[in-house]
Amino acid sequence: MTVAAPDRSTYFAEGAGLRSWLLTTDHKRVAWLYLVSLTFFFFIGGAAATLMRIELVTPQGDLLTDDAYNRLFTIHGIVMVWFFLVPSIPATLGNFLLPLMLGAKDVAFPRLNLASWYVFVFGSLFTLYAIIAGGVDTGWTFYAPLSTVYANGHVSMAAAGVFIVGFSTIMTGINFIVTTHKLRAPGQTWFRLPIFVWTLYATSLVMVLATPVLAATLLLIVLDRLFGIGIFDPAKGGDPLLFQNLFWFYSHPAVYIMILPGMGVVSEVIPCFARRPLFGYKLVAYSSIGIAVFGFLVWGHHMFVSGQSTYAGVVFSFLSFCVAIPSAIKVFNWAMTLRKGQISFETPMLYALGFVGLFAMGGFAGLFLAALGIDVDLHDTYFVIAHFHYIMVGGMVTAYMAGLHFWWPKLTGRLYSEILGKIAAGLAFLGFNLTFFPQFVLGWLGMPRRYHTYPPEFQVWNVLSSAGAVVLALAYLLPLCYLGWSLFRGARAPGNPWGATGLEWRTTSPPPEDNFAIPPVVTGPPYAYAPDVTE
Amino acid sequence: MSGIALHPLSASTAAPGFDLLFLALLGFSTIVGLALLSMIIIWGVRYRKGSLADRSAPQSENNLLEFATIGVLFAVAFGLFGWGAWLFLGRDHVPAGAIHIAGTAKQWMWQFEHDNGEKELNVLHVPVNRPVVVDLVSQDVIHSMFVPAFRVKQDVVPGLTTRLWFEATQTGSFDLFCAQYCGTQHSEMRGQIVVMSEADFGKWLSTRATGKTLAQQGADLFRSLGCSGCHDNSPTIRAPDLRGVYGHPVALASRTTVLADDQYLRDSILQPQKQIAAGYDPIMPSFDGLIAPDDLEKLVAYLESLSPAATSGGQP
Repeated sequence: MTVAAPDRSTYFAEGAGLRSWLLTTDHKRVAWLYLVSLTFFFFIGGAAATLMRIELVTPQGDLLTDDAYNRLFTIHGIVMVWFFLVPSIPATLGNFLLPLMLGAKDVAFPRLNLASWYVFVFGSLFTLYAIIAGGVDTGWTFYAPLSTVYANGHVSMAAAGVFIVGFSTIMTGINFIVTTHKLRAPGQTWFRLPIFVWTLYATSLVMVLATPVLAATLLLIVLDRLFGIGIFDPAKGGDPLLFQNLFWFYSHPAVYIMILPGMGVVSEVIPCFARRPLFGYKLVAYSSIGIAVFGFLVWGHHMFVSGQSTYAGVVFSFLSFCVAIPSAIKVFNWAMTLRKGQISFETPMLYALGFVGLFAMGGFAGLFLAALGIDVDLHDTYFVIAHFHYIMVGGMVTAYMAGLHFWWPKLTGRLYSEILGKIAAGLAFLGFNLTFFPQFVLGWLGMPRRYHTYPPEFQVWNVLSSAGAVVLALAYLLPLCYLGWSLFRGARAPGNPWGATGLEWRTTSPPPEDNFAIPPVVTGPPYAYAPDVTE
Repeated sequence: MSGIALHPLSASTAAPGFDLLFLALLGFSTIVGLALLSMIIIWGVRYRKGSLADRSAPQSENNLLEFATIGVLFAVAFGLFGWGAWLFLGRDHVPAGAIHIAGTAKQWMWQFEHDNGEKELNVLHVPVNRPVVVDLVSQDVIHSMFVPAFRVKQDVVPGLTTRLWFEATQTGSFDLFCAQYCGTQHSEMRGQIVVMSEADFGKWLSTRATGKTLAQQGADLFRSLGCSGCHDNSPTIRAPDLRGVYGHPVALASRTTVLADDQYLRDSILQPQKQIAAGYDPIMPSFDGLIAPDDLEKLVAYLESLSPAATSGGQP
């Protein structure tokens, strides 16, 4: 780092050498370690997606072999889900901001925090090596008996790598739960916490409760492959559907690991730029916990046509409609927050409003898929791909960008180019919709997912989608450039450039090593914005 | 590239009901989505920073209106749930008078067997306006039988017999896809459902007017691949006579016995050294990599036809 700050007033001043970064226990520096690693994995996963979209421009398999294509979507899925989306906001922005938002000097277990990063890096690089060297082509879902008996390649190694990364997730979850319980500033009651903290807390609960189930499931895959214990093999009395039940018991809650922190970011950004308190604060806080709890009860909606009993399907469909309630409440509360505000449209706000729209569309598509009759037709088609990309990319990645821009002055003490920021936000919105909206149509027309070749009648929509992917790729490369430039050359930011009210803004930007010169005391609710007070 | 399609073909009795639910969901989502969009746009413009709009009493909230709106939204949403569940339950109720097909999925092909034992690969001929039940088994991984034009889909799970039914309402040829990722050539695991008039179907089934039966094609392969050189009744007996073998126990050189089912016959063609029939020299060459998977099925079908008493996969 070239930030030349001779004084001890910022955390950059703790040291500039590689050693000072790799052995740090400062949550702010661990956040940076994660930020750099996750950016690397984001572009690995993105490159895999780009190659797939190029292949899909024509119905024939002309650029890639079927094996290469299947490996690409496996890399894309594993990397994006476990090495980007699950840790994305919690491990970067969450790590940096949680102690600041609580008025604490650090997380509860700073060494565990650093250890989680080493476990993450080891496990993720191990998996990446296994996939590239050994050619894993099971998809990120590892369905048995394809993964246990029929797939060649280093499936066991890849599963072991994901298993290892799971421990880093659990470490982060435990750290956040304890930090939130024990390290809140004097006067900071639960209902004075920012929603971002509520969502991190809900996310951590899911991380700690669901990840062990994934670990057990992956272990069973490895045992089945190496020793033929046959737990998923009907010839030996096992059951392939057991795998799906176990896998989705983790992976559906994991969807909420991937979206809740995004909801938290948006709940910070919208009140700040609307100069209004968050509408229905308590309802939004309870909704976060409600989503985390209900999220554990809907896994069977991935299995409506799997051979699961019809009545189990009806129950899971009903519960899936129920889980839409807290999400819908949040969306309308964000919109209501705008009312009677003093709204300005800086880059973080553009991303946040984009999030609301795209997340809502993803949610509506979720209703289609939760409705049993229609899911029979849409299951395992591109409609599903479009649905979860609206949530994961349109939702989570957009929220991640909103948060990164919003707290960039806090992280770095520097400003980025507002014009380039707005261009990138607009480009991402357009590129995203161009990429994924055609996939709704493709799914409705009946194109199955994970198809390397496809009937020619699907080509027009595939070409549109691929064109969108190019725009989207540019929209994600642009911030890499101007934020990278800002990190070293950007203009110095004032302490609180947005006039935000959170505790994290009550210290200097970037904060000193101990975060606060004087430990803050909380005397009122969060989001104390008043529309009549304009700067 | 053939025009821009917006709506899938709709060619089964179930399709119109599904499409109506789809449109209802689309209508509901559009209305609620537009309401949300108007809130964001109207308030975003009216309350933009520095505008002169009235911001007094910002905390006044009309709770009754709000709760009524939310109530109506959820009533509609749960109505849509019930509608979907009702359509779903229909999958379990096969109308009377259905014809039955035995479907087998394996990497990476579909095999269908009609009531009279007629087998087809990657194509299924069915009559129009008549319910068709397909009982599905998998020989390896999980597959999924998906016919978009009929709005039907059912996973095919090893160790489990699953069932799918449809009643086509139009004649023609409709895409059949494997929807569950099943390995390397998943996207090539496609086929056609050919819907014919009742009369044409009857004629087709009795004569296989479209060509030779699988067994007949297998008989041709049996000669062209040179199998007949050793296995046909020739003066010098070098290999077992295969008539009547299918479905019956075979004595092996290892002094054990094996039932000559589909799997045994396929193994014997691809890996002949694995199980040697008692009394013969292990001279059969392996055809692994020399014979296409569907040709292998045709050969097995031919061998089955040489053993008329045995039912497919059945007991001796």
